[in-house]
Amino acid sequence: MNTTESFAELPVTPKPPLRRFHQARWDEPIIFELSAPGRRGIAVPEPGAPRVELPDSVSRAQPPKLPEMSQLHVLRHYLRLSQENLGADLNIDVGQGTCTMKYSPKVNDRFAAAIAELHPLQHEDTVQGVLEIYWRLERMLGEISGMARVSLQPGSGSAAIYANIAMIRAYHAARGEARRDQVITTMFSHPSNAACAKTAGYEVITLMPDADGLPDIEALRAAVGPRTAALMITNPEDTGIFNPRIREFVDLVHEAGGLACYDQANANGILGITRARDAGFDLCHFNLHKTFSTPHACGGPAAGACGVSEDLAPFLPGPVVAFDGESYHLETPPASIGKVRPFLGVTPNIVRAYAWIMALGAEGLRQVAETAVLNNNYLMHKILQIPGASAPWDRRRVEQVRYSWQELSEQTGVHSEEIGVRAADFGVHYWTSHHPYVVPEPFTLEPTESYSKEDLDEYALILAHVAEEARRDPEFVKGAPYNQTVHKIDMTPLDDPKEWAPTWRAYVRKHLS
Amino acid sequence: MTHPYIPNAEPGVRAQMLAAIGASSVEDFYADIPAELRLARPLDLPAPLTAEHDLVRHMKGLLDRVTDTEQALSFLGHGCYPHHVPAVCDEVNARSEFLTAYAGEPYEDHGRFQALFEYVSMMGELLEMDVVNVPTYDGFQSAGTALRMACRYTERSKILLSAAVSSDKMSKLRDFLAPDIEIVLAPVGEGGEITVEAFDASYAAIYLETPNVYGVVETRGRELADLAHTHGALLVVGADPISLGVLAPPASYGADIACGDIQSLGMHQSYGGGHAGYIATQDHEPLVAEFPSRLFGIAPTKVPGEYGFGDVYYDRTSFAHREEGKEWVGTAAALWGITAGVYLALMGPQGMRDLGETILARTRYAMDALAASVTVLHRDAIHFREFAIEVPSSAALLDGLREHGIYGGVALDDRTVLVCVTERHSIADIDLLAAAVQETL
Repeated sequence: MNTTESFAELPVTPKPPLRRFHQARWDEPIIFELSAPGRRGIAVPEPGAPRVELPDSVSRAQPPKLPEMSQLHVLRHYLRLSQENLGADLNIDVGQGTCTMKYSPKVNDRFAAAIAELHPLQHEDTVQGVLEIYWRLERMLGEISGMARVSLQPGSGSAAIYANIAMIRAYHAARGEARRDQVITTMFSHPSNAACAKTAGYEVITLMPDADGLPDIEALRAAVGPRTAALMITNPEDTGIFNPRIREFVDLVHEAGGLACYDQANANGILGITRARDAGFDLCHFNLHKTFSTPHACGGPAAGACGVSEDLAPFLPGPVVAFDGESYHLETPPASIGKVRPFLGVTPNIVRAYAWIMALGAEGLRQVAETAVLNNNYLMHKILQIPGASAPWDRRRVEQVRYSWQELSEQTGVHSEEIGVRAADFGVHYWTSHHPYVVPEPFTLEPTESYSKEDLDEYALILAHVAEEARRDPEFVKGAPYNQTVHKIDMTPLDDPKEWAPTWRAYVRKHLS
Repeated sequence: MTHPYIPNAEPGVRAQMLAAIGASSVEDFYADIPAELRLARPLDLPAPLTAEHDLVRHMKGLLDRVTDTEQALSFLGHGCYPHHVPAVCDEVNARSEFLTAYAGEPYEDHGRFQALFEYVSMMGELLEMDVVNVPTYDGFQSAGTALRMACRYTERSKILLSAAVSSDKMSKLRDFLAPDIEIVLAPVGEGGEITVEAFDASYAAIYLETPNVYGVVETRGRELADLAHTHGALLVVGADPISLGVLAPPASYGADIACGDIQSLGMHQSYGGGHAGYIATQDHEPLVAEFPSRLFGIAPTKVPGEYGFGDVYYDRTSFAHREEGKEWVGTAAALWGITAGVYLALMGPQGMRDLGETILARTRYAMDALAASVTVLHRDAIHFREFAIEVPSSAALLDGLREHGIYGGVALDDRTVLVCVTERHSIADIDLLAAAVQETL
C-alpha cells in the first residue's frame, strides 16, 4: 500500500458553478436551558463597607431567574450564535437596498475603542481631541451637503429625520405659522419620513409615482398650500431613480411657504456630484452607518447627522462644537429644539465616520460615488438578463434598483420573499422592500462601492440559479431554506396574542406549562 | 490609484464593466442630474490619508488629546455610568458576525434573532414582565415612547411627570411630547422623592424614575400605582436595570410600563455613545399593540423541537404601515441589547445581587465620608449609585478637584454637585475623594 500518496493526485470534485455553503448549525439551546444552580460567569468586588438594609417596599423579594453559567459557557454560547449569523464582513452584502451596507474598515473600530473610557460630562479641557473630531466632521458634512451647520447628535437616520421635523415645527412656530400642519412626502421615501412627521403631530400627504416612476409633480402642485409645513423627500428615491425636477419640487414648496427637507440616506451615489443645499433644500440628514461606513451592528448603534441652512441653524439640537481659534467648546444654538439624545450622540460612530472620510478625501468620495453607481448599473445589467426579472420604468438608476419578480411569480407561483430565503441557502442576503409593495414582487439591491466585479457576478449567478429552480421546481424553492441553521419557520403564532411569545417566560407560560 | 476600500475603482475592471453594460462612461448614469445641480469643483476636504499607517498616526494625534476616566479618578455619572465591562462583553460585540450584520432574515441571521430574543427574555426576568422590545435608541427615547404608549392606550393626553428627572431628558420629553401631550410636573419633596399633590382621571400616567436624578430610590411606588389605577391611568417607571438585583422590579409594585437605559449593563461610557433604551410591559394585547419597536418572538419550525424566531405583531410598525404604524422604527441600538444579554448571563442572579449590595454600601460610605465637609442632600433617603451634595460653588469645587486629578462629579446647578459611586470605586478611591474635597473647600 502506498502511504506517500501525494495530495495533488487525490481525486477532487470539480468546482461547482455555485459556492457550496452551509450556515453553522449548533442546535444551540435557549440560554436558560444551559443554566445550572450555583454557577457564575463573573465575580464583583466585595463592598468593603457596611451593608445597607432595604425596607420591604423597595427590596427585591425573589432573585431574578437569570441563567447561572460559568464564563466559558457564556462565551461559547454567544460565539456559536455569532456563527449562526451572516454579517456584511462574510457575505456579498448587496441585498439590503435602501440601506447601503459597505465595508467598515477594521482600523476604525480601534479608534472607536480608544474613547471607551471617556465620560460625556468631562470638562472640555480634557476632551479637546474628541471635540476637534466633532468640529471637523460637522464641517466636512457641511461641505458634502452644502449646508451651513450640522448636528451630530441624533442616534440614527430615523432619529435625524425626527430631529429635522422637530426643527421644522420649531421654525414655523417661531414665525407664528403653527397653522402649517401638513407634511408632504413620497411613497418611495423611507417610511420614517411619513412616520416621524405623524409622530410630530403632522398630517401626512403621500405623493405616488407618475408613469415615469417620478413623484407626481401635479400631485405636489395640488397638495402644497398655506397648510404645508414641509416636503420630506429622498432623492434618488428607493427605486434608485434621481428626480431631475427636484429643484422644481423645492421651489413649489418654498413658494407656498414650506420648508424642503432632504433624506440623504441614499447619498452614496452622489457624494461630490450634487448637494442638497445646491438644490435649494433647507434641511437634510445622513446616516453615518450607511454612507459613511460605520458598522450596522445588527440594527445599531447607528448615528445620524442633520444639516441645515443658516435660517434653521438656531434650531439645531444642542450642543454643537465651536472653535475660537485655540480650543473647542460646546455651545447650544439660541433657539435649539433641545436634546434629541443623551449627550453628544453616538461618539464611537462619529469617530469612525470621521476616520473614513479622512482615509478617502474628496477624490476618494467621488470614487465611492462613481463606483457605487457603476456597480449598480453593472448588477442591473446582469439581473435584467434573468428571465422573469424586471425593473419598472425604463430610466437610469443611481446607486440602487427596486426590481420586480412579477413575471416569474405569475409563471411559477413563487414569491419574491421565497426567492430571498432560497438565495440565503447560497450564503447571501436579499431583501424585498418596505411595505406596501407598490412594485409587485419587489426586491431591492444596492451594491455600494465595496464589492468586486466577481462578487457582483456571483450574486447575479445565485439569483439566476434560484429563478431557474423556481421554474423547474417551485415547491422546492417554497420549501427553503435547506442550508440554514433552522428550517422553515411557522410564523403564524407571532401574530396571535394567545400564542405569541416575545420572551422565554411568555413561552414557558403559554407553551411549556 | 485604486483605494483599498474600493476594488472596482481599478481602471481595467471599470472599463470591462462599462463595456459589458454598453456605456461609454459613468457620466452616462448621471445624465438625470441637471447641469445646474452638478458640483463643478472637487469637494473642499482635507487631503486623504490613504495609507492606514498615516491614518493611525493622524487619529492617534487627536485621540491622545484627551484624559479619560482611567487616567483620572472619576465620579461622573448623571446618565452615563462607569460600571465594569466584563471582557466577554467586548469579545462578543466585536465579533464581525454581530458587528457587521444588519437585516438578515430569521434564517440567515438566526444567531442575531436568538441573541436578541435571549436579551429581551433576560430583561423580562429582571423586570418580571413578559414583553420587552428590541432596544430603542436610548433611555430618553424609551421614556418618551413609553409615555406616548400610555397616552394612546388610555386615550388621554396629560402626564404627571416626576421633576426628579435630568434636565437633558426633560428637554427631550418636552420636545417629543409637545404636539399633543401636556406635561405636569410632580415636585421633589424634601426627602428627595416625588410628591403628588393632585391627580385625577384626566391623566394618562404618572412617570417616576428610581433611582431618580438625585440617586434617590423612590419608596412609594405601590401607593402611586394604586393612585394611577384608581383613576384609570398607568404607572410608568424608569428604572436602571443594574439596580434590579437588589431593588424591587417596577412590576412588583404595580407599574404598567417599565423603561430606561441599558448602558449600565456592559456598555462602556464611550463619551455617551453606549446608550440603548428598553421598554417593557405585561403580555396584554392592547398595550403590546402600542409598541413602535420590533418585538422578537420564538416560533416553531417544520422540524419538531427546533426553535425559530421572527417579528411579533409586525403590523404595529411603520415598516408595515408608514404613518399609520406606531411612531416609527428604524436602526437603533440592537448590538447593545446583545451585549446586555451577555452581561446578564455572566452576572446571573447572584452577581446582580452582589453588585447591587456593593453599590448600595459604597454609595452610603461615600455619603458618610463627604458629610464631614459638605452638606449631603436627602441623607435619610435610600441612595443607589448617586447622591447630591451642596457646596459654596460647584465650579470651584470641580476645578479644584481636577487639579488633584479627580473628576469629582456633575454640577446640577451653581451649588449642587452629583457624585457617582459604582463597584469600580474602591473604598480607598472614596477616601481620596473625601480628602480632596476637604482640601479644596
